[in-house]
Amino acid sequence: MRDVLVIARLGLREAVRRRVLPVVVALSVAFLVLYWLGVGVVEKDAVPRGGAFGDAVADQVEPAIDAATAGVLLGLASFATLFLGATLAIFLTAGAIRGDAERGLLQPLLVRPPGRLRVLAGRWLTATAIAVPYALVLHLGATAIMRWRGGFVADQVLWSAIELSLAVGLVALLSLAASVLLSQVAGGIGSFMCVGAGLVGSLLGQIGDAIDNRTLERAGDVVALVLPFQALYEDVLYRLTAGTREPLLELGPFGGADPAGAGTLAWAAVWALLLAGLASWRLARQDL
Amino acid sequence: MAPGGPPSSAPALELRGLEKTYRGGRAALLGVDLQVAPGELVGLLGPNGAGKTTLTKIACGLVHPTGGTVLVDGHPVGTAAARRATGYLAELFRFPDWLTADEVLALHQRLAGSSGGSEERRGRLRDVGLADSGDLRVGAMSKGMQQRLGIAQALLGAPRIVLLDEPTSALDPVGRAIVRELLTALRDRGVGVLLSSHLLGEVERVCDRVAIVVDGRVVADDRPSVLTRAAGVELETDRGVRIVEGAGRDDAPALVAAAVADGERVYGVRVRRSTLEDVYREAVGGATDGGVQRR
Repeated sequence: MRDVLVIARLGLREAVRRRVLPVVVALSVAFLVLYWLGVGVVEKDAVPRGGAFGDAVADQVEPAIDAATAGVLLGLASFATLFLGATLAIFLTAGAIRGDAERGLLQPLLVRPPGRLRVLAGRWLTATAIAVPYALVLHLGATAIMRWRGGFVADQVLWSAIELSLAVGLVALLSLAASVLLSQVAGGIGSFMCVGAGLVGSLLGQIGDAIDNRTLERAGDVVALVLPFQALYEDVLYRLTAGTREPLLELGPFGGADPAGAGTLAWAAVWALLLAGLASWRLARQDL
Repeated sequence: MAPGGPPSSAPALELRGLEKTYRGGRAALLGVDLQVAPGELVGLLGPNGAGKTTLTKIACGLVHPTGGTVLVDGHPVGTAAARRATGYLAELFRFPDWLTADEVLALHQRLAGSSGGSEERRGRLRDVGLADSGDLRVGAMSKGMQQRLGIAQALLGAPRIVLLDEPTSALDPVGRAIVRELLTALRDRGVGVLLSSHLLGEVERVCDRVAIVVDGRVVADDRPSVLTRAAGVELETDRGVRIVEGAGRDDAPALVAAAVADGERVYGVRVRRSTLEDVYREAVGGATDGGVQRR
């Protein structure tokens, strides 16, 4: 474990030295500021002050974004968090194995006693140590803005933040596994396309649900099964408005809400183990 | 620089029947047998593509052989014990350019499990002539300095065998002299060294034994003094310089006496030996880019 931490620490130091972290923090703050502004504008424009009772009672009504609008805004925040978290995870891992090997950076590390698998684990730890807390903080920040600025209290905030972070961790693992098999560019593009495919599959599934088309519904289910980070993301969307009434984001522009259940978490864990096993098996046999 | 742990009686490196065929059918090694004893400096020569780098990478566990066995200090290659006993400098390598020389060595110390601390790091930097460059970032170093840092890195953790793939290719004459001294010191301390190089003069000067690889096979493996042979006696007289082919050291007095008896004034006599370059050229023949065979 000590060796894994040494490799992970090297990656973290590189992220600091290469100013990855300051850039990420600055852009995240910019996103949250924009979100804060957006939620404020929506809150002012969309909430009828006093509603049917007229402006006379407006001062006595607690201003709040209605649940449907809040659901869309939370969907936007969740999508942005997944997208930015996935981007971060992919950029941190896409060149971790083949890319670094082609540059001659990896070989001096691999011949040392810890060996290949611990180096692989260290690289994954680096990416998750940065991308997962990032997703967690960004999601909590967005829901806090929705609460304090929009007046809408999202449901199951903590659990949805954990699931979103897990989804980002899975993307990091997928990208790292791709980096074992593919060059940096191919692996990075492939991982991004998987994230995109997950979103498209989710939307197709929801469209199928809306028009009662079993083929599309099944396509969405298969995509969620093959890419469990997408299933976790759909569950995040569901959880954020689960306590309000029926899921409000079933056919939103940022993917459809779909309750996952404990089986999805278990499958995500199995999927991660299988992927890690495959990447380890391949790396152990690779000529470098 | 003393190796850690008790001295081992096993060869520092032992390759038996080593074969490697890459995907696509390219055969790089076709049954190589080679041994490096503790404290022995073995030079590995051969044209481009002969299989030297493949051999070195197999010995350090980066490439998997398709046949044969590799033992490092008695341990199967790829095991943690074998990796602990190995120091390696790749032909093409890089360290993170944002790290300082001292940080690079500290990182590899941790990975090698070395407890040498800053004293070991200073010692290794001193060994390669970088004593004052510990705080210098890799990105600010010349290629030659980076190569010397790579050698220093390979020596961390008291390895039993040091595998150096073209370690002096970017070094100036002073740098090469430093590395020669370092290799001699390693030999004195019982560390086996496998030195892959195109610089025949360097190899001839420092190596105890030379193996020449051509098309994936070892075609010559012996001490330089055995590989090279008598190449005549050169006689300089008032009638000019001539070479008596086939004559050796023992023939020199008689040749001088015969010349004097013939009325010649002898100014000089030199016993000629073939150089390692002659041996190499003979072994390699016309091959300049060997090792590519389709099966």
